[in-house]
Amino acid sequence: MDELQYGLTGATLGVVFLQILRISVPYVLTSVGAVFSERGGVVNLALEGLMLAGAFGAAAGQHVSGSVLGGMAGALLLGLLVALLFAFITVTLKADQIVAGIAVNILVMGATRFGLVLLYGSSINSPRIPGLRAASLFLDPLFLAALVSVAAGYWILYHTPYGLRLRATGEDAATADSAGINVQGMRYSGVLVSGLLGALGGAFLVFQQHTFTDNMTAGRGYIALAAMIIGRWNPLGAALASLFFAAAESLEIWTQGGWIPSQLLQIIPYVVTLLVLAGFMGHSAAPREAGVPFYKNRRSE
Amino acid sequence: MKYLFTILFSILTILSGCSRSGDGERPSSSSDTPAPLTVGLVFDAGGRGDRSFNDSAYNGLEMARSRRGIDFMFAEPDGQGSDREAALRLMAVNPDVQLVIGVGLLFSEDIADMAKEFPDKKFACVDYLRSPGVTIPSNLAGMVFEEKKGSFLAGAIAGLVTKTNTVGFIGGMESGVIRKFQSGYAEGVHFVNPEATVISGYIGMSGSAFANPAKGRELALGQYGRGADIVYQAAGASGLGVIEAARESGKLVICTDRDQEYLAPGFVLSTMTKAVDRAVLAMVESVLDGSFAGGTAVSYGLADRYTDYVYNEKNSALISSAVHKRVEQLRADILSGKIVLDETTSLD
Repeated sequence: MDELQYGLTGATLGVVFLQILRISVPYVLTSVGAVFSERGGVVNLALEGLMLAGAFGAAAGQHVSGSVLGGMAGALLLGLLVALLFAFITVTLKADQIVAGIAVNILVMGATRFGLVLLYGSSINSPRIPGLRAASLFLDPLFLAALVSVAAGYWILYHTPYGLRLRATGEDAATADSAGINVQGMRYSGVLVSGLLGALGGAFLVFQQHTFTDNMTAGRGYIALAAMIIGRWNPLGAALASLFFAAAESLEIWTQGGWIPSQLLQIIPYVVTLLVLAGFMGHSAAPREAGVPFYKNRRSE
Repeated sequence: MKYLFTILFSILTILSGCSRSGDGERPSSSSDTPAPLTVGLVFDAGGRGDRSFNDSAYNGLEMARSRRGIDFMFAEPDGQGSDREAALRLMAVNPDVQLVIGVGLLFSEDIADMAKEFPDKKFACVDYLRSPGVTIPSNLAGMVFEEKKGSFLAGAIAGLVTKTNTVGFIGGMESGVIRKFQSGYAEGVHFVNPEATVISGYIGMSGSAFANPAKGRELALGQYGRGADIVYQAAGASGLGVIEAARESGKLVICTDRDQEYLAPGFVLSTMTKAVDRAVLAMVESVLDGSFAGGTAVSYGLADRYTDYVYNEKNSALISSAVHKRVEQLRADILSGKIVLDETTSLD
């Protein structure tokens, strides 16, 4: 077998540290967004679709307008549209949130591929775009957006009236309603925030990659969902869990071919998520009515 | 009420997910005289516009149409490729179709079953993967390329061109098929440069490993960071990330299947190519000439350059004529049997 060189010098550690941050950016953005959706009472399995829509929007937006801002606008617009659709189905039509989430993912997967063929005549990838040239990761607007989303997300959820109302909606919609909170409006807002942040996560992938590739999110939406669960539906926790998953991925990349089977490292996020869900790491703190549609003026169906 | 919406919505999305699944499409018949042969082509996931296998197979049929006047139709299974069997059947039951071609190794099992079910039709499968102990039906011709030998030559180029004596390999899904690329490459590197180090990595363990360019990029940046100056990628669309990493770090990449030099001019050292178009043309001609070799896996290898590496005016600045000469010599040695490489694919 070919030997590996693990020169774990300071420089290498710096490279690894940067890589972990880079990998974590889409996870952080998307999982913080998911916190808002779920805190409001909507289980968001559509994260994968929201990211993919954002990624496509970023590529198409920058390709059409020729500017990074155009790419950002495209990402946010498509993310918002898909989130609106998801909110309409789950909040207004009160459809099963799990099924609707998966359906949205499949829809976006098909729609983005269709868009690729329609716009660029390729079923694999879009033409190359300039992407986002930042002098370093720390100056990348999307990296900064991820940082801000964690701090602002925490502050909004726990220190503003809006945050209190959103959480109340997810815990007990009927009580929130009787207190005069617009439950549907709250839930829409949570899903839309999730759509915007998920789309930025997808845009980050595209700007790093300089092209949109069919289904390029490759399951990152589900990892972000897991990060949100492990982070106990809290922006800070979700960000830390995202960093943890990114570190596991980076470790897997750097130790391939070594003595640790890479397969073991690849399953870490899923195993940890299962353990948390099964209650092995303290009780999980899901909003009580996440996944439960709210019918105004009705005690039960 | 809510269930109705859920069901309706699910149906809608599933419909939109299938891109024209199952429609046999017939490009316009070129003439009034009946075609000597009608071919039914079933694409792999990705379908037309993948600028790779599928497009290449389609080109092969277009070449056959203009040269031999054949007619053809095609079907595109959806992205997941779950209705491969249905698409094959659609072609097989069509009374006009005499030859059915499946593009991609994922067809291997379905097409063998279909061949048994329709013994009076002929079948061919690009990149056919023979399971151990399975006899190929006499009306099915497997079409295989010599990935190991091609990868050996790619490795020889890398071993001769590298300045850091470290080269990398990045595969898509970790499987016997892709490990063949890796082992051929490593053998090629060490054959010409025993001192060189080969760093190997894989994107993942599932099919999505072929569509994860972001991870391909991170893996490649890691290998370049560890001193590799050339990385050979056999990772499908994830390889786009490897190409991006090469451009970003100013290093070199060797691609597979199709020449992707246009994506990063100056950074693509070479490509291990499979001429799917010419192979499909040859397969169609074998049916027309009556030399169709069913029941076997037909090899489209280094001979006649069906499996080959790219050396042209675009990358000759990166590959010196001495290196080119040496690689051509190795190619001749493989063809003459002086260098022996085992093309068997392990299925673990």
